[in-house]
Amino acid sequence: MRLFGHKLSVWAQIGLAIVAINLFAALFAPLIAPYGQADIVGDAYADPDVYHWLGLDNLGRDIVSRLIFGARLSIGLSLVITMLSFAIGIIAGFGAAVAGGWADMALARLVDLLLSMPTFIFAMVILSVAGSSFPALIFTIAILDSPKVFRLARSVAMNLVSLEFVEAARLRGEGWWWIVTREILPNAVPPLTAEFGLRFCFTFLFIATLSFLGLGVQPPDADWGGMVKDLRDMISLGSVVPLYPAAAIAILSIGVNFVVDWMLSIHSRGQGEGA
Amino acid sequence: MSPQPRDDSIVLDIRSMRIAVRTDAGEGPVLVDDVSLSLRRGEVVGLIGESGAGKSTIGLASMGYTRRDCYIVGGSIVFGGMDIRAVSPDKRRALRGPKIAYIAQSAAASFNPAHTLMEQVCEASIRHGVLTPAEARAEAVSLFRQLDLPSPETIGARYPHQVSGGQLQRVMAAMAMVAKPDILIFDEPTTALDVTTQVECLAAFRKLIRGHGTAALYITHDLAVVAQIADRIMVLRRGKMVELGDSRQILQQPKEEYTRRLVSERVAGHKFVETSSAGETPILAIDHVSANYPGKPGVIDDVSLEVRKGDTVAVVGESGSGKSTLARVVMGLLPRSAGDVRFNGTSLPPRLKDRTKDQLRRVQMIYQMPDVALNPQHTLLDTIGRPVAFYFNRSRDEVRARTLELLRQMDLPESYLTRKTSELSGGQKQRVSIARALAAEPDLIICDEVTSALDQLVGEEILRLLKKLQDDLGVAYLFITHDLGTVKRIANKVAVMLRGRLVAGGETATVFAPPYHPYTELLLSSVPEMRPDWLDEVLAKRATAAAATAALLRAP
Repeated sequence: MRLFGHKLSVWAQIGLAIVAINLFAALFAPLIAPYGQADIVGDAYADPDVYHWLGLDNLGRDIVSRLIFGARLSIGLSLVITMLSFAIGIIAGFGAAVAGGWADMALARLVDLLLSMPTFIFAMVILSVAGSSFPALIFTIAILDSPKVFRLARSVAMNLVSLEFVEAARLRGEGWWWIVTREILPNAVPPLTAEFGLRFCFTFLFIATLSFLGLGVQPPDADWGGMVKDLRDMISLGSVVPLYPAAAIAILSIGVNFVVDWMLSIHSRGQGEGA
Repeated sequence: MSPQPRDDSIVLDIRSMRIAVRTDAGEGPVLVDDVSLSLRRGEVVGLIGESGAGKSTIGLASMGYTRRDCYIVGGSIVFGGMDIRAVSPDKRRALRGPKIAYIAQSAAASFNPAHTLMEQVCEASIRHGVLTPAEARAEAVSLFRQLDLPSPETIGARYPHQVSGGQLQRVMAAMAMVAKPDILIFDEPTTALDVTTQVECLAAFRKLIRGHGTAALYITHDLAVVAQIADRIMVLRRGKMVELGDSRQILQQPKEEYTRRLVSERVAGHKFVETSSAGETPILAIDHVSANYPGKPGVIDDVSLEVRKGDTVAVVGESGSGKSTLARVVMGLLPRSAGDVRFNGTSLPPRLKDRTKDQLRRVQMIYQMPDVALNPQHTLLDTIGRPVAFYFNRSRDEVRARTLELLRQMDLPESYLTRKTSELSGGQKQRVSIARALAAEPDLIICDEVTSALDQLVGEEILRLLKKLQDDLGVAYLFITHDLGTVKRIANKVAVMLRGRLVAGGETATVFAPPYHPYTELLLSSVPEMRPDWLDEVLAKRATAAAATAALLRAP
């Protein structure tokens, strides 16, 4: 099997399959889920039967349906947040690399400040004060995540800026917008794409953790982290029910990582031509 | 020391070796095809060819080593009675170092900066249990002395960054030699060095090989270099052997057409380019210019130079002489600290950002490394068309038409218009760089070592193309190079730089004819010639010239 002209390893195929299934579930949740995410369809903690394959949760909602809707929210939210943090990080990082001098210094110090704060505690403080609305979640996590993107984008751009085709563009008299968008960005896409996958995973786990603590996605919306919280009491009764949403979190993270590994391997191989 | 008695047994016997690329996708191109070579004790065989000829691959394969995804798919490599291909990887590894040693092109990349030279020189032979630490150190000091390294007793205590490039290359030879291997493999060991340093290294390597009676494979792209050191020469092209013969025979009576071309390109072209008619105002006038990097004074010190219409002015010097810095000052990348740079009579602002679009357009630059000078993600249309669109505000169709015209001028097929620059070969990339410079319709093009990253024959073609474009368009060149052979062929004026200063300058015919400036003479005498006796003659004459330079450097 090949994708974009590169051979897919077995692990990459597994990873892509996982990602594809999750994306499918996220996109078409209302069409494939047997029940609504907030519909109470029976007794709390009812055992699985033909109509409810994984049983019902603490309020009597169908776990399969909530898992499917949970994919929609967890993945959608993570994607939006990751894209926002990349937009902030890339613009600032490229800007710092191209401008250099005091602008670079100022941005680097600001980023040091953000990095010096424990992300999780900071997020909990902000969300407790501002409340857990979607915009608050999105902006808080995106801003806290963007320094990491900034650092990568800056170092990638720094390496590119020192190359002579960028010098040639500067000698031609090109402005910084051309240099950033036309000379640097196309060459920075491969390393940044791989990083996007990784940061997506972190964001996804971050939201799950916040939801587990009750600070992330609010009921009745389904979210895998929140579902683990709802079902956690069943652990003491020897039930495997809480493991379903936890497994969903783990499987998607592993799947994305397989895909990222594959992207990194083709990227490094392309560079590895000997003299 | 006296040469050891010659015993003519064969130490390495390669028989119809084939090396091919094998990836997940299947069998790839064949890198080395049916090459046979036998190396006798004490014999030096030169492997010569352009990049992609397979010479380094052969060198590594004779140690039983191949690069990633490459495999020896046929033939045999017999060393000391055993087929390297047939033995276990552990046994093969035991050969490397004590029996067969490798000297790479870039010594700087082969040394660990965190350890002293002595530790690294002795490490392998101690690790393999060939010598005790004390023996290894004694042997190393003796080798340092044989290689004419300064203060051989104490140089081992230094770190790699504390010695010069040429010295480091010789230390690497000592590292290879400590365990007294049967075969040394030299892979372009002097290519990255300045000409004057190259002579010292060549002389040291030759003394070492002859003194110890070691067999050697000497890999290089420079026929004149290999002529000084090899008994026999094998000419390779695209993985196949073209010719194998005695050094003198290869140089004087080459049998194959390809070898003849290699030999003749180096011998040819020693006539000087005639001077063009002098215009009224020079295109570029560099007037008593000085420049520094922060904390590093005197990188350029009081340099004056003029370039007139139709001129090719060569700036020559060794690395660190400030010739590339001079180009950066002219381009405005490094602001001058004193003096003036005038273009067509008007003073150019020192900084790039203060110059007008028209001033930028009139000076263009071509770089040494075409790989990094062109954006790998851009097509040829993007690359060559951009200056046209940027400087002349042309429509899309006009940009396309002009780009096609430039491609034709560069002898590149029009179908390449939509290819990415990363898909081209080195010579083709350099043609695209030239086209990009010409697209701006400049008065002056600064060529920074434009042929030194290219193969010899490809470089010659680029030089011919530049000459032809100058005849057609009247553009002037400021030609920065360390290769005096190139200078003689293309430049009508020359400026010789040493440590940031201009030490000689004027018409090429005058500067390169007696009476020489002592440094010019040292440079000229260091360019290898296609005669096996050249090195001996130079070494005899060298002492006087070196003394003269030393005197010059001491002068205030």
